[in-house]
Amino acid sequence: MNSQFTPGVVPKRLSTEDLSHNFDDLHAPLVVHEAAVAADRCYFCHDAPCVTACPTDIDIPLFIRQISTGTPEAAAKTIFDMNILGGMCARVCPTEDLCEQACVRELAEGKPVEIGRLQRFATDTLMKSGVHPFNRADPTGKRVAVVGAGPAGLSCAHRLALLGHDVTVYDARPKAGGLNEYGIAAYKSTDDFAAREVDWLMSIGGIAIETGKALGDALSLDAISAEFDAVFLGVGLGGVNAMGIAGDDLAGVSDAVSFIEDLRQASDLSALPVGRNVVVIGGGMTAVDAAVQSKLLGAEQVTIAYRRGREAMSASRYEQDLAASHGVKLMFNVKPNAVHGNGAAAEIELEYTQVTDGKLTGTGETMRIAADQVFRAIGQTLTMDGGLALEGRKIAVTDAGRTSRHGVWAGGDCSSGGDDLTVTAVAEGRDAAMDIHATLTGDV
Amino acid sequence: MADLTTEFLGIKSPNPFWLASAPPTDKEYNVRRAFEAGWGGVVWKTLGSEGPPVVNVNGPRYGVVHGADRRVLGLNNIELITDRDLFVNLEEIKRVKADYPDRAIIVSLMVPCEEDAWKAILPLVEETGADGIELNFGCPHGMAERGMGAAVGQVPEYIEMVTRWCKQYYSKPVIVKLTPNITDICQPAAAAMRGGADAVSLINTINSIISVDLDQMAPVPTIAGKGSHGGYCGPAVKPIAMHMVSEIARSPETAGLPMSGIGGITTWRDAAEYIALGCGNVQVCTAAMTYGFKVVQEMISGLEQWMDEKGHTSIDDFMGSAIPNVVDWQHLDLNYVAKASINQDDCISCGRCYAACEDTSHQAIAMSADRKFSVIDAECVACNLCVEVCPVENCITMVEQQPGTTDPRTGKVVVDTYANWTTHPNNPSATAAE
Repeated sequence: MNSQFTPGVVPKRLSTEDLSHNFDDLHAPLVVHEAAVAADRCYFCHDAPCVTACPTDIDIPLFIRQISTGTPEAAAKTIFDMNILGGMCARVCPTEDLCEQACVRELAEGKPVEIGRLQRFATDTLMKSGVHPFNRADPTGKRVAVVGAGPAGLSCAHRLALLGHDVTVYDARPKAGGLNEYGIAAYKSTDDFAAREVDWLMSIGGIAIETGKALGDALSLDAISAEFDAVFLGVGLGGVNAMGIAGDDLAGVSDAVSFIEDLRQASDLSALPVGRNVVVIGGGMTAVDAAVQSKLLGAEQVTIAYRRGREAMSASRYEQDLAASHGVKLMFNVKPNAVHGNGAAAEIELEYTQVTDGKLTGTGETMRIAADQVFRAIGQTLTMDGGLALEGRKIAVTDAGRTSRHGVWAGGDCSSGGDDLTVTAVAEGRDAAMDIHATLTGDV
Repeated sequence: MADLTTEFLGIKSPNPFWLASAPPTDKEYNVRRAFEAGWGGVVWKTLGSEGPPVVNVNGPRYGVVHGADRRVLGLNNIELITDRDLFVNLEEIKRVKADYPDRAIIVSLMVPCEEDAWKAILPLVEETGADGIELNFGCPHGMAERGMGAAVGQVPEYIEMVTRWCKQYYSKPVIVKLTPNITDICQPAAAAMRGGADAVSLINTINSIISVDLDQMAPVPTIAGKGSHGGYCGPAVKPIAMHMVSEIARSPETAGLPMSGIGGITTWRDAAEYIALGCGNVQVCTAAMTYGFKVVQEMISGLEQWMDEKGHTSIDDFMGSAIPNVVDWQHLDLNYVAKASINQDDCISCGRCYAACEDTSHQAIAMSADRKFSVIDAECVACNLCVEVCPVENCITMVEQQPGTTDPRTGKVVVDTYANWTTHPNNPSATAAE
């Protein structure tokens, strides 16, 4: 048994009991009475700002009222009508930046209606009942390929299946779910929720999933375009940006997404090694997820080093506070210059930054802090090359998700529209499905 | 410093808060606890004639209308009068009164409508040293079917007759408790007066079915698959009770008749409102059954604080003060004009005022693209709906339009003279102003 103070990257820093406690639900689910009280706080606003703030346009006042009148199943139906992954979004959405930030009670008293937790209450209730609340339309005879079984792909596939199309989903990984399965913090998706949600979503019928099939190898865009009536790409961002500094290749330096993936797929958390002194480079949700989970695994010191100021950090203030409350140190305006160590990382050299003429530069003032494990969390990039027009470094799409290639739609993180959020991906997948449907049935 | 001491019908109590005749006052144990907690008096739960007492159901007696977080808004009960032996009750009353001479103890009574029955029980009550009696003519369930309770209270002649017997065979104050399950509360009140009643207390509970169990398809509370109507009380009935109190206070026949106010009194403010409408004291039940006897301490401190703030030194100072301002609709000033006004600094942009006005009222609130809400004076009739649905207190207010200004809705200049419906040109039976 190791401890928090054992040097190096080692497993078993905490007892199994502590680990199981640490990785339990971040927010306990609401019980029936709590949900009734929380729901009663909703003012049922006219043209509610929370709905406007929701990328999937869920009718939030309606579903909350349905909870308050004792029909959480109807509430869930209201949610799933717009967002079939409403269960996961209830867990991972940065509600503090979306619906709850827009809630008039946030303005009134700094305490919004707990929309996320209420959404979870409703969706959990219905999903627990084992009922799938949708029935497929009559078969259209059309076949659509969806590449990528993440939030965008699953959302698109479900909507297409609902409308009567037959869908085949391809995914490079052994399991469906995308970042829901591999990419988010474990305490946001307990009890294998991501996998259960996929099973529940699939129970509508008409969706076949083929895992272990990545675009590019045996599966070309030309081939599937020829075989299917339409193609939707929800391939995400497969590549991790490099730091390009000395020592980047030392043992102990790795991608935060790989760490999170290993953690999510681990059957025994105590077998997972973690450093004593962990430094995460980056400022997004992935950085926070990696940092907090390192701490929960038993790292003694965890630092997030971000090259700009707090206000520029893409992780929400809520996520920053979450990290801080777990004992993660947040350092701003520092960039990594080098990782030092003899074969394995031991220290990281950071340099303070400043912005001059809109350009970020080092000030020359440097420091070294202990770092036996360094995680890169400085963004991901599109790795697919299908000859599609790009916008920036992503696939260019119209509002309806159409790419530059006829018959090919795209959505989620790989496409140019919207933020890289689960809920945005769900909306884009859904909207592309509606456009595909309209196209295939000649409604446009 | 406000003095809460009251002398209702000559009966002194340290404060105007009495516990109503109900489960909390059924026996010595409870009443002693109530007095220790600070209650000014109790009306002992209704006694019946000598002999085998009534029996209650052995299933649930209560049902509740809940607000959010299980707040009790209305309570329904099907409990009967005391199911304990008459003499046990009488001995307990005597003991408690001896130990608490400064508190009021009134004995509630309900015996058959026969002179002998009252002649038999009244001397026994007299012996206990209790301060007075209250005639239960209001109990709406169980007893009414036996020709007592509300069955008497709904027939003014019976009220008068029984009250007269009581005044004949009992020397202390007689209070007649009125049922609200009638059309005109002044009729039974006047009958009580004619019979010589010293006061009336009101209201007793309202006939009610609190809810229907949609699985059992039966009223709640459900006993072996069946339910019966009960008596409704608690905060929900206060508006109904206060209207009845005000009617008695305003009716020329009954004006001045001492009243003990009952119905949904939960806070000091509720009590102050009843007293302002002419009640000499108040009786409480549901609040005590919900929160326990300690709740009286808030009522006492709150009433004291408010009286001090207003400069009232005694209950008499403001008793009945609101009565002159209760008028019939036809006497309301039709020349008074107000408009809603939204304080933009307080507005949280929920849009409830807009939805309410646009969908169900006068389309007098405008909504901008950036969710700013403003009143359209040319449409606003000052109905107050927006004020009441706004979640932020005092964000929307009704602003009186000054004489000399023009009401953009009617195009008429606001005048400071009084005019009501009785003289309005649209009133077919208007009497022309001379």
